Amino acid sequence: MTAEARAVPASGTAVGLQLRGITKRFGALVANDRIDLDIVPGEIHCLLGENGAGKSTLMNVLYGLLQPDEGTITIDGAVHTSESPKEAMGAGIGMVHQHFMLVDVFTVAENLVLGREPGTAGFLTMGAARNTVRQLSERYHLRVEPDALVEDLPVGVQQRVEILKALANDARYLIFDEPTAVLTPQEIDELMDVMRSLRDEGRAIVFITHKLREVRAIADKITVIRRGRVVGTAKPTDTEAQLAELMVGRAVSLTVDKKPAKPSKEPRLVVSGVSIASPSGALVVDDLDLEVAGGEIVCVAGVQGNGQTELAEALLGLIKISTGSVLLDGTPIGNADPKVIIDAGLGFVPEDRKHDGFVGSFTVAENLVLNHFDEPPYARGIALDLDKIKANAGERVGEFDIRTQSIETPLASLSGGNQQKVVLARELSRPLSVLIASQPTRGVDVGAIEFLHGRLVAERDRGTAVLIVSTELDEVAALADRIAVMYRGRIVGIVSPDTSREVLGLMMAGVPAEEAMAHASVRTQSEEDAAFEAALKEEPE
Amino acid sequence: MTDRPGGAGDVPPRTDTDAIAAWRRRQPAGGTKSRRFPWSDVVTTVAAFVLALLLGALLMIVSDTEVRGKFAYFFARPSDALVASGQKVGGAYAALIKGAVGGYGPITETTAQAAPLICAGLGVGLAFRAGLFNIGAQGQAIWGAVLAAYVGFTWHLPPGIHLLVAIVAGLLGGGIWGAIVGWLKARAGAHEVIVTIMMNYIAAGLLAYLLTTTAFQRPGRTDPISPIVDWNATFPRLEGGQLHLGFLLALLAAGAVWWILDRSTIGFAIRAVGANPHASATAGMSVSRTTVITMTLAGALAGLAGVQAALGPTASGVPVPLSAGIVGSVGFDAITVALLGRSKPLGTVLAGLLFGALHAGGLAMQSIAQTPLTLTTVLQALIVLFVAAPALVHRILPFVKARRARSATTVGKGGLA
Repeated sequence: MTAEARAVPASGTAVGLQLRGITKRFGALVANDRIDLDIVPGEIHCLLGENGAGKSTLMNVLYGLLQPDEGTITIDGAVHTSESPKEAMGAGIGMVHQHFMLVDVFTVAENLVLGREPGTAGFLTMGAARNTVRQLSERYHLRVEPDALVEDLPVGVQQRVEILKALANDARYLIFDEPTAVLTPQEIDELMDVMRSLRDEGRAIVFITHKLREVRAIADKITVIRRGRVVGTAKPTDTEAQLAELMVGRAVSLTVDKKPAKPSKEPRLVVSGVSIASPSGALVVDDLDLEVAGGEIVCVAGVQGNGQTELAEALLGLIKISTGSVLLDGTPIGNADPKVIIDAGLGFVPEDRKHDGFVGSFTVAENLVLNHFDEPPYARGIALDLDKIKANAGERVGEFDIRTQSIETPLASLSGGNQQKVVLARELSRPLSVLIASQPTRGVDVGAIEFLHGRLVAERDRGTAVLIVSTELDEVAALADRIAVMYRGRIVGIVSPDTSREVLGLMMAGVPAEEAMAHASVRTQSEEDAAFEAALKEEPE
Repeated sequence: MTDRPGGAGDVPPRTDTDAIAAWRRRQPAGGTKSRRFPWSDVVTTVAAFVLALLLGALLMIVSDTEVRGKFAYFFARPSDALVASGQKVGGAYAALIKGAVGGYGPITETTAQAAPLICAGLGVGLAFRAGLFNIGAQGQAIWGAVLAAYVGFTWHLPPGIHLLVAIVAGLLGGGIWGAIVGWLKARAGAHEVIVTIMMNYIAAGLLAYLLTTTAFQRPGRTDPISPIVDWNATFPRLEGGQLHLGFLLALLAAGAVWWILDRSTIGFAIRAVGANPHASATAGMSVSRTTVITMTLAGALAGLAGVQAALGPTASGVPVPLSAGIVGSVGFDAITVALLGRSKPLGTVLAGLLFGALHAGGLAMQSIAQTPLTLTTVLQALIVLFVAAPALVHRILPFVKARRARSATTVGKGGLA
């Protein structure tokens, strides 16, 4: 099970990239503890581990962003020391970052040549860069327009630009740091195809992730890291439960334990005929109807950018609806002030937690009262009652198992899962009629996902109408009592949670439910899972 | 650290995420809520001072013809040049210290100079915390001075009440001038930097115009100067020095700003909007309302600086009459003071006192050591330059270790970014 046990080519000069005894400390914390890793060309090597396990630190060491305290890196038998990403790139190491390192206001071609701008006599010559983009995007089927501004591109396409950047450098070792965290199911499939074709060309791929399904679908080799150490290797044919246990260090439940929904007779949230226009005038939500009863979870599934974000924001009053009405327990809340809507009993977990969900420099305690700090008991007149705010924080930290040094710690320094727990704790700490949660577990580790899902179901069982917007089909299938598929601002159809990914995928492309059912080879989730497992067994190592 | 209820015995004492959080806490990108005292900041600031004083000394030597003459035969008799330099520099700095802190008189002169700087600095700093760059303290201070002075010399009210009304009038003047900026930003999306700069010109122009009207011009005078403020509206002063009500007001204002920022719902919203306006809006706070409130408060604080200029007694016992230059450059110095004080109330008081001391000492340097007043201005500029660029200080003085490179980022957190 240990890393040392794995075979090293007997010949003196090993081919590929080897990490030996890499140790990286940050003060008292050992982020990487004597890690050994072999990265071989023509292989997809998955590095599996929870957030904070030390995967990214290890890759930053490899990429020259951090210097190891101990250990050596060899490439094709030669010792390699990279003091900077530039040197790592020179050695053929490329990285696709989790948070893209692109200049938003530059074009794709400009980003591609960033840092090594081509030019004659001080004048930029972009023609060559444009050609490189075209050639590379054709070769790898990564459709990108060289003259498009990065900020105008969807996230999935921005990621393609990152990949192209690494390929333009002719990287032989490509590190993908949590590449699927921001992608939709379709985009994930496309990315996996790209990764396979790169592998087949003889490049080495390091795929960092904590998503078990993806690991099993694509990995040639799996190394699991926990608390800075390699705790073992695994095979893609191992079950998700086995992988999860290795990763978390204890048995985790991957399915959400929930009883059948007991929806209330009267819907608590009624959206009727709602249209929302984008700033440019286009309809992003088009005459949409949706009802959510108390005690049920409705998941809005769909490819990113089909109006889900706008719908959620409009329900909170952050953006205006042009026509239609929204009723919360019979009270119209359409276009009301966010404060009024929040006070009317709407809980909101935003899609982009860092951007909209909390104030990073504020303490855990302050963030826990961010939307009701000016009401009793936290305020008397305009004076804050710090003792009450602290007491509340103490309670929530215990109740939601928020792992923090203290309630005075700035929230930015907590892990993604704990940040999300703070956001959810804040919303669930007051009586709600409706809870809207967008991407509730995006970028959150397995242990925390289990917990967050449990809390969402518990809130449903308290009689709250829960509306979840998610692009992760695993999550949708696990949580939903009904799935509403959204396409181009409309609900294409409402289906049961046992609908297969294939059917959902077709619906996400705009195919109505009955037609999708007719076209699909499998209709239910369970049939599909059986097929997936069968395919894994057949596939040779 | 994880001894929480419900966490059964099998929870390890230090989890992975805890440990990660621990080192992230030590990273420079951490929050602004650090409770530890920033000793390295203090050391860096002191080092910045020393560097500025050394450069200032060099300037004095170079700019003095007599001393420079002695350097002409430096290699023949180096002692001449060195002694002359030492006397020149030593005399000037001795005068600086004497004028700033050498006894009760000089100290009270320092506090008198510091008071308006502290008030206006608080106004700029408060706006920083809400993510607003208030360049308009100058204009706000002008309106504070105009209204306070007008009430002071036109109305004739009983003792106490007259002073109170004049102060309130000044606060209103500055507050309204600031509120206009906030309102324009909230309603029309006008950038506060442009608006405040323009509002400064408008305020200065209106003051110049008002001084030509019969309501403001002193009877019998043709030059733009106002009557002298009533004794009832003048800040009471302690006998024997320049310690007057203004300094007390400045300290009270600093205390009030601290309370508002750290203990009130208004301050909570100001800090939240300053740190992350999107999350604040999502949490139901009104960003525009917070902007207007912040600019009103900031304007009132800068207005108080104007009140100080209009009602604070000079050495002769009466305030300076209203004229075009009544507030000097307090609004611009305030930006420096706020930056130096890291937009925190206590920091602003300390930075204000420092600048007050430099002002007071600079005057003494001029009168005792015949050092040009411009040199103190240069000295101030150098100090600010070094304080604002800690990396520069660390490069010149490598033994001054930067434990945390946060000095440069704190201001950004306050709102410049």
